[in-house]
Amino acid sequence: MSHLQVELVAADRKVWEGEATMVSARSTEGELGILPGHTPLLATLVSGEVRVHAPSGDGTAVIDSGFLSVDNDRVTIVADTVDAEGLVTPGGR
Amino acid sequence: MGAQQREYRQRSRSVQSTKKITRAMELIAASRVVKARQRVQETSPYARSITRAVSAVATHSDVDHPLTTERPDARRAGMLVITSDRGLAGAYSATVLKRSEQLRTMLEEDGREVVPYLCGRKAEGFYRFRRRDFETSWSGFSDKPTFEAAKAIAERITEDFIAGADGGGVDEIHVVYTRFVNMVTQEVQVLRLLPLEVVEGVEAPEEHELIPLYDFEPSGTQVLDALLPKYVVSRIYNALLQSAASELAARQRAMKSATDNADELIKTYTRLANQARQAEITQEISEIVGGASALADAK
Repeated sequence: MSHLQVELVAADRKVWEGEATMVSARSTEGELGILPGHTPLLATLVSGEVRVHAPSGDGTAVIDSGFLSVDNDRVTIVADTVDAEGLVTPGGR
Repeated sequence: MGAQQREYRQRSRSVQSTKKITRAMELIAASRVVKARQRVQETSPYARSITRAVSAVATHSDVDHPLTTERPDARRAGMLVITSDRGLAGAYSATVLKRSEQLRTMLEEDGREVVPYLCGRKAEGFYRFRRRDFETSWSGFSDKPTFEAAKAIAERITEDFIAGADGGGVDEIHVVYTRFVNMVTQEVQVLRLLPLEVVEGVEAPEEHELIPLYDFEPSGTQVLDALLPKYVVSRIYNALLQSAASELAARQRAMKSATDNADELIKTYTRLANQARQAEITQEISEIVGGASALADAK
């Protein structure tokens, strides 16, 4: 199965980048889960946790309001501040 | 030691200690400019993502947003001038202020009232000294701007823009900042921030590539509502960071030439002191010789 290319971007730097099998975040409409092959999407996110399920292990990051875009299995999560303490999977920093 | 000689030595010492200071400032600026450039680089993923998202919304949905709508009868124009907090950076702040004066003249010729927003103590000083009014000012972060600062500026400016001229705000916003090209070149740029023109980053789709048809959640309009203010913040943040890098580069250059000038002065004073010493010795010798021959003649 193909993987998602995930990028977590904060205002002052790229926080994390890596592969994942699933990403879930909380949008203004409710909980949102992204699997590979998702249709292109632009959603606004509210502050909360972003969960990344990676082949090497799951991780979470805390963001304040931002947005998420999905395009060709590339997931970009943009927020003003990202706390990626819980994301220590290989491939990330 | 003669008075003249002492005088020269004193001056030379004073220049030497000034040189130490300018040299230290040069080195500090040199190390911080690297950091500042890195920060500009690090923010580009954020700016790129936002720009891409904004252009995606703009191309896929026909939404008019107040932040992108031109106002044909613009009466009041805001002007955000980004300068430094400290001097000692050569002509850095002066060039920005000069360019802002040109912009002011241009806008006034178009029949618009100019509303200045200032950033950096140098701009504040410039306006205070001339007893000119300005709308508001921010300072204290010019060489190390924070995202929070950019956010505060953006919020105020967006608010005034949305209020419009009739609501005591402005109809358009121009930003005067310094773009960092490389260590030797920094250009003063004038950018019309609002109403927004999303131009950069709109990549023409390749032939075989289909433009993805985005789904918007909750809706195109609402996504745009959330995105555009962020876009404004990221533009301002970028302008602040570029200006900070430019300021440090300008300071490094100014301090380098100050150090060089100090070297030159020290050389001159050393020569003068040596000359004074030599003149003193010559005088003493001629006095002794004169005295001896006078004694010899008296015999």
